[in-house]
Amino acid sequence: MAKRKERIDRGIKVRSESIYALASWEEIAYLVGPRSLLIGGMLLMPLILLNSPYWGRVFLSVCIFACLAIAFDFLANVVGLVCLGGAFFYGVGSYASAIINTKLGLPPLLSIPLGTVSGAVICTALIYPCLPLRGIYFAIVTLMYPLLMTRVIEAADIFGGTEGFRGIDGFGSPIIESYALVAVLLLGLFALRRFLAEDPGLVIRAVKENDQSVRASGISVAWIKTQAVFIASLFGCFAGAYYVHMYKNVGISSFALDLSIMPIAAAVIGGTGLIGALIGAILLVPLSEFLRDFGTLRIVVYSLVLMGFVIFRSEGLMNYAVRKYQQFERWVEV
Amino acid sequence: METLIYGTVQSVSLLLMAFGFSLVYGVSRLPNFAHGALFVFSGFAAWICINKLHLPYGAAMVAAPLLAALFGVLIYQVVLRRVRGMEMSEVIATYAVGLAILEGLRWAGFRGTSYSLEPMFEGVGIYFDVPIDNQRLVVVGMGILMMAGLYVFTHMTKIGLALRGIAQDEQAAMMLGINSDVVATVALALGSALAGIGAMSLMPLGNIVVEEGYKVLIYAIAVCVVGGLGSWAGTVIAAFVLGFSQYLTVAYGKSHYQMVVMLLAVILTLIIRPSGLFGKQKQLEERV
Repeated sequence: MAKRKERIDRGIKVRSESIYALASWEEIAYLVGPRSLLIGGMLLMPLILLNSPYWGRVFLSVCIFACLAIAFDFLANVVGLVCLGGAFFYGVGSYASAIINTKLGLPPLLSIPLGTVSGAVICTALIYPCLPLRGIYFAIVTLMYPLLMTRVIEAADIFGGTEGFRGIDGFGSPIIESYALVAVLLLGLFALRRFLAEDPGLVIRAVKENDQSVRASGISVAWIKTQAVFIASLFGCFAGAYYVHMYKNVGISSFALDLSIMPIAAAVIGGTGLIGALIGAILLVPLSEFLRDFGTLRIVVYSLVLMGFVIFRSEGLMNYAVRKYQQFERWVEV
Repeated sequence: METLIYGTVQSVSLLLMAFGFSLVYGVSRLPNFAHGALFVFSGFAAWICINKLHLPYGAAMVAAPLLAALFGVLIYQVVLRRVRGMEMSEVIATYAVGLAILEGLRWAGFRGTSYSLEPMFEGVGIYFDVPIDNQRLVVVGMGILMMAGLYVFTHMTKIGLALRGIAQDEQAAMMLGINSDVVATVALALGSALAGIGAMSLMPLGNIVVEEGYKVLIYAIAVCVVGGLGSWAGTVIAAFVLGFSQYLTVAYGKSHYQMVVMLLAVILTLIIRPSGLFGKQKQLEERV
């Protein structure tokens, strides 16, 4: 007798979708539990790690890579632009912030937002000409951008050449350093998810699904894509701008390949849907820290993990977990 | 005269690096981002064959491309077959394979400048008053041989005709009983073997280093994009255009700008004329 697997929503999921969500503590906990676990965990982490500066820094890199992974995930899975050059956003953001800090003398709490916005404007302007491209062509161009920036800075000897800038201001207190980052990450994530749930989000999704119908509705596809790239660059540039002030220097390593690959791996492992990107970064960055002693073996490990996920679990861990949380499976006879 | 000769050598080197990539994409629309890694892999394979297994030089030169071809078959059967048709997954998966190969080689201790292959023919000849070492002539010869061999293969043999059939119209070819999976496997094996052949001819000119893998991948993509992905004539012409412009940049400018020229060429081509120099309308549709 042939069998097939049947998936059915759990009763509690169905109840908590409607007004009955407030009927009992159980339903409330079902809804609030996972969310508060993530948010609470992110908010408590800096306090827990206060006494071990090393792992505190690792946690902050988790947040930095989460920003980059969110940018990749948003562009690839919501807008349909596969951007292999996350390092481009990151590098432009870090240079912009470094220049604002050292040349204009503004403190980090001003230079980071200014660097983020001006960096995002520069990134969007530079990427604008390639927006009509699709699929692997967009991927190829964006792969080239960070490489080109490195070579141009090296060859033309601008922005401090291969040396980069030093003597950038830090934050002073570790509490401000970590909480500013965590707060911006969580708020940004929340804002982006709300934005995508509203009407503009609908149009952005439509660009990925069927851009001809968007055009037929009298909406400019290029303009929507420009907005989307600007939003993604805000996340990427913020990551770069923040990192610069954490480590107080910047160089052409801001455009390194690592910074493009890690976020992609995080987004693929976590799964689509923005939160997945954050989960992926939480898993992957500490793993790569553990493997740091093994030299380039860590790149091998995470590229193999990435490959495995692309082939065998393309939905990602987050979507897998969500499915298990909301549905149960059983075998039924056909 | 010097410009002409060395420019030609440079162009043919680019062609040797790029042709495998172009072939695979042209036949089965699979972007093989592990191409650069296979290039370096076959270099080290030849080195191991000669220095550790003590095979004769000629045997190693043949074995290494075959090993690369085997690797290509593995990549298709294990990785690409499962994600075929999903462009993003194809790119990410093959890129991950390439990264794993390159960084794995680096981790296994293949770094520094102590690895090199001997040239096939030693010595320096003088032609038209320009001194040129024989290995560079081998490169040009290999390029010509490869093009001729491929022409014969794709026009005379059955499997070669099947390759062209799939490239021109996949559904019609499948209706005539050509198995798309088999053809894609052959294409990937052939493309990887071409990377290996390229490596065998070009590696003796320098050291075998892991970084070469990234460079070869970028050069291959640059040549293919400028020429129009999938268009063979375009690939050849683009290799010459880029080869000469690269040579001129080094000769009359700074060698730092060599890479900048390539990258700018890709970006400008995609922005101004997305179908490449010789791309067809059909390809234009899928690009923009």
